[in-house]
Amino acid sequence: MTEEAMDKPSDGVGCGAAVLMDIRNVSLRFGGVKALRDVSFDIREGEIRAIIGPNGAGKSSMLNVINGFYHPQEGEIWFRGKRRPPMKPHTIARHGIARTFQNIALFRGMSTLDNIMTGRITRMGLGLLSHAIWWGWAEREEVQHRERVERIIDFLEIQPIRKTPVGRLPYGLQKRVELGRALAAEPTLLLLDEPMAGMNVEEKEDLSRFILDVNDEFGTTIALIEHDMGVVMDLSDRVVVMDYGRKIADGSPQEVRNNQDVIDAYLGVPH
Amino acid sequence: MHEQLLFALEVSLNGLMTGVLYSLVALGFVLIFKASGVFNYAQGVMALFAALTLVGFQSGQVPFAHLINAVFGSNIHHFGWHLPVILSILLTLLVMVLLAVVIEKLVLKHLINQEPIVLFMATIGLAYFLEGFGDLMWGSEIKRLDVGIPQGISESIENFTFESLGYGFFIDRLDIVATAVAAVLVISLTVFSQYSRVGRALRAVADDHQAALSVGISLRYIWVVVWSVAGFVALVAGIMWGAKSGVQFSLSLIALKALPVLMLGGFTSIPGAIIGGLIIGVGEKLFEFLMGPLIGGATENWFAYVLALVFLVFRPQGLFGERIIERV
Ligand SMILES: Nc1ncnc2c1ncn2[C@@H]1O[C@H](COP(=O)(O)OP(=O)(O)OP(=O)(O)O)[C@@H](O)[C@H]1O
Ligand SMILES: [Mg+2]
Repeated sequence: MTEEAMDKPSDGVGCGAAVLMDIRNVSLRFGGVKALRDVSFDIREGEIRAIIGPNGAGKSSMLNVINGFYHPQEGEIWFRGKRRPPMKPHTIARHGIARTFQNIALFRGMSTLDNIMTGRITRMGLGLLSHAIWWGWAEREEVQHRERVERIIDFLEIQPIRKTPVGRLPYGLQKRVELGRALAAEPTLLLLDEPMAGMNVEEKEDLSRFILDVNDEFGTTIALIEHDMGVVMDLSDRVVVMDYGRKIADGSPQEVRNNQDVIDAYLGVPH
Repeated sequence: MHEQLLFALEVSLNGLMTGVLYSLVALGFVLIFKASGVFNYAQGVMALFAALTLVGFQSGQVPFAHLINAVFGSNIHHFGWHLPVILSILLTLLVMVLLAVVIEKLVLKHLINQEPIVLFMATIGLAYFLEGFGDLMWGSEIKRLDVGIPQGISESIENFTFESLGYGFFIDRLDIVATAVAAVLVISLTVFSQYSRVGRALRAVADDHQAALSVGISLRYIWVVVWSVAGFVALVAGIMWGAKSGVQFSLSLIALKALPVLMLGGFTSIPGAIIGGLIIGVGEKLFEFLMGPLIGGATENWFAYVLALVFLVFRPQGLFGERIIERV
């Protein structure tokens, strides 16, 4: 595929919209392992941007760079038109980036409700002092946050498990709770690392619907890693394809599907 | 026989009260371990340091007097005032919070993502540093701690039990107060951790560091909070033990009593620390009472460990710990 074709915007929601995040020439190494090599792409406001690629391609590493778990040796991240200095993950969360994890990372000892409530921390702070000084005020605020969380619980159709400790939930529901926790932050950019992995067809359809709804109703920009090509085709506006730490293609789902490099990468043709 | 039974009951009651104090120390360990995965070897020394600082403030001691006098050839020891108990306690609390901030800034911050054993070693270093620092700051002589807790055998209980049971129980008033204080503390800590926002963040950090970061919790902030709370718990434990047996180096050894409590209760369970403390407290007193005369006494030195060891063999995860099933 030519450069021109790769940069051509697709006909999706993100088309023509402003760039929310611009990743420029990012390289990340772990000792000798080059997890990311000079990767550049952008994420536009309101789009669903898929990141695909074979195992070990560097997809999760990319998300970890975006949310600050990893700090790339080279490259720049531009967010909302400004170059972002190196930041701690919890600060980045406060700037409106929420995520889920490839291996579910819930607070296992807590209930569904409490897990999703933690998602509101970026919105309500920890209030150690306000709690100590004026209990009533803190409580009123708590009630408001609680209402938001209840709405998310309704939206994700998980009312029956509100009080259940998440460690006891089946895998599919845990993934849903994790999505709920990320949504509770009302993020500008939502990062989902293989949200459908290990789900059956029905669960995948449910989750796809939720993701589309979040994108439509709240206008949340989503970057999504996914292996199921059917899901990627259905959900995403544009797709980045990675292999061995490099970006090998970028474009609409149709474009990348017919791209020879992508086909080779997935069939394991030697480089 | 009846008399014997009542005597055993009295022993158990006394054990229960000592047990509450064990629980208190164990709780300090559990709090830090849950939130940061650090086994804080310095918890006992923190109790000693807190008690020293409290006595120092209360009696108007000049901190680092020895050092100051050595350097400047002066001879000052006291400010010449006595601070009220409440003020001294608040000031000590402030010092413990400062200590938490300093520990985080100078030690923990640099050890993020290190092996637990490295963190453990760091707390050993911390313990010895704090011990020496406490000496330097407040002097190493034995001090009396008096915060106005009534002491001595409670006569009303003795009289009451004598009249109703025909046998007067000997129970120290200090123990009763200590039990009440510890109970209130334990309840408020539980409420704090279950229902407050910081408590929720604390539990989140305890469960999963990465996830906690991803929702915007600053681990360093939480660590300062946790170490401050542990400092507070150490202060309470220091006051109770200090009032009972004076403020001196041996106070830091109460940490050793907390170890079997933790083995019994599990390192991550607040109820475990409480129940574990009670079991050890009652167990060691009763065992001494029943078996001491037969096997030559002084069983209190080792009984707790043996009990904990036996327990460990049958329930490695502790009383309330989650059973860890290895996925293969
Ligand atoms: N923390 C780390 N330390 C060392 N190497 C790492 C680390 N994280 C990722 N890597 C390496 O970077 C490379 C890319 O890994 P990454 O997890 O980003 O791949 P991925 O595309 O998400 O794969 P998968 O589909 O299996 O999840 C791999 O070789 C991996 O071993
Ligand atoms: Mg991955």
